[in-house]
Amino acid sequence: MAMLEIHDLEVFYGVIQAIKGISFKVNEGEVIALIGANGAGKTTILHTITGLLSPKKGRVIFNGIEISKIKSHKIVTMGMAHVPEGRRVFAQLSVLQNLMLGAFTRKDKAEIEKNLKSIYKRFPRLEERKNQIAGTLSGGEQQMLAMGRALMSQPNIILMDEPSMGLSPIFVNEIFGIIEEVSAGGTTVLLVEQNAKKALAIADRAYVLETGKITLEGKASELLDNDEIKKAYLGE
Amino acid sequence: MSFINYVINGVSLGSIYAIIALGYTMVYGIARMLNFAHGDVIMVGAFTVFFGVSMQGFNPFVAVLLSIAVCITLGITIEFIAYRPLRGAASSLVVLITAIGVSYFLQNLALLIFGANPKSFTSMVPLNPIRLAGGQIVISGETIVTILSCLIIMISLTAFIKKTKPGQAMLAVSEDKGAAQLMGINVNGTITLTFAIGSGLAAVAGILLCSAYPSLSPYTGSMPGIKAFIAAVFGGIGSIPGALIGGILLGVIEILGRAYISSQLADVIVFMVLIFVLLVKPTGILGRKLQEKV
Repeated sequence: MAMLEIHDLEVFYGVIQAIKGISFKVNEGEVIALIGANGAGKTTILHTITGLLSPKKGRVIFNGIEISKIKSHKIVTMGMAHVPEGRRVFAQLSVLQNLMLGAFTRKDKAEIEKNLKSIYKRFPRLEERKNQIAGTLSGGEQQMLAMGRALMSQPNIILMDEPSMGLSPIFVNEIFGIIEEVSAGGTTVLLVEQNAKKALAIADRAYVLETGKITLEGKASELLDNDEIKKAYLGE
Repeated sequence: MSFINYVINGVSLGSIYAIIALGYTMVYGIARMLNFAHGDVIMVGAFTVFFGVSMQGFNPFVAVLLSIAVCITLGITIEFIAYRPLRGAASSLVVLITAIGVSYFLQNLALLIFGANPKSFTSMVPLNPIRLAGGQIVISGETIVTILSCLIIMISLTAFIKKTKPGQAMLAVSEDKGAAQLMGINVNGTITLTFAIGSGLAAVAGILLCSAYPSLSPYTGSMPGIKAFIAAVFGGIGSIPGALIGGILLGVIEILGRAYISSQLADVIVFMVLIFVLLVKPTGILGRKLQEKV
């Protein structure tokens, strides 16, 4: 059974239709990439899935439960984490405070401590800087913090919005490496990216989005060889 | 010696401003709105005690608790009925004007129930004044209780925000509502809690104010409310220690101005402080520069 199913989704900003009837699914354990240009509607889809926006039409089904009408803060408790575009760490709080806010919905203190340790292991830099104010971290470190914060809720699925945006090439490689690790750890990943090449390299399947519609879908490896994709997104 | 007396009175009045300013500053920090009805919640708090003690003969302690409960309920209700439907409105001016409307509503409701004649308020502080330096420095019981209350409130509020989950949720919501939601924080619930705390504190401030200056009318809360707002801006709106510093400085300036310059001009001086602060440091003493999000 698919972990996350999107059926005929339509989303509006006022009178402007951003998403024009989109359906796709994410199976358990997969890494799914949503690629497309600026303004294609990638972020809108993620915001609609996690309830920051509400759809005009269509359904979002997560683990068999329709979540289109459920509030954002409750969806988190159902095992979905969202790393928002632009990272949006709490800039005036410390790294540790940010991470603990990620575990806001969890109650078991011992479990949270254990989880924190495993996140420090994955992101040693966060441990080194745990008392530093998040706003003073570099962009790459903030991205790591945003990911670590999302992982603190121990999600079944993690939605990542442009994790490589604005980062130096070294950090981009590091971030994609981490996404692969997260996936290997058993977390399902829905990845939104403009860096189509990198995204397709680590994804199982991918959907290509153009102005609110899915225009192509398939195995990531096949899309990498697709001529249209090569021309439009890979610059070849 | 009279100078020391004035300063002590100033700190006492300033402590009341600080407690009121907390309500302004927390609501601003978290809901990004100026709740101009906050001053009138003070008046409702004081009237509840007046009603309880002078009209119904309640035990003062019971009346104080009742007053805090009434104000908390009132704060939550105002937020729910008047402000929540406007959250996400195109202009923040809409909420501001609504707040002014709520303020007039509360004043006129009190006018309708209790009439316009000022009531004489019985002090809720049963302590005798302390005399120091051979009777030259007099510290009233009200002053002691006011300053102590202010300190206790500041310390417990700071601890609440630092140490508890709802406190951390407040910090998260004040920075980024969307990201806070993604952490599983109930943003509306957090805003309600903020209104509840602010309004409960307003009740305390109202009782302390009317114990020190025992005249109560439907407009009692309006001027202290505005001055506490100035104190919040002075200290840096959104900042809790800023509310304390701003409140106490403003209280001292007002009392010293009244004593040494002119009692008619004391309020003018207070408002000049506001203008001066806005010109020199618009973010206030401890205020942070608001950064545009990229």
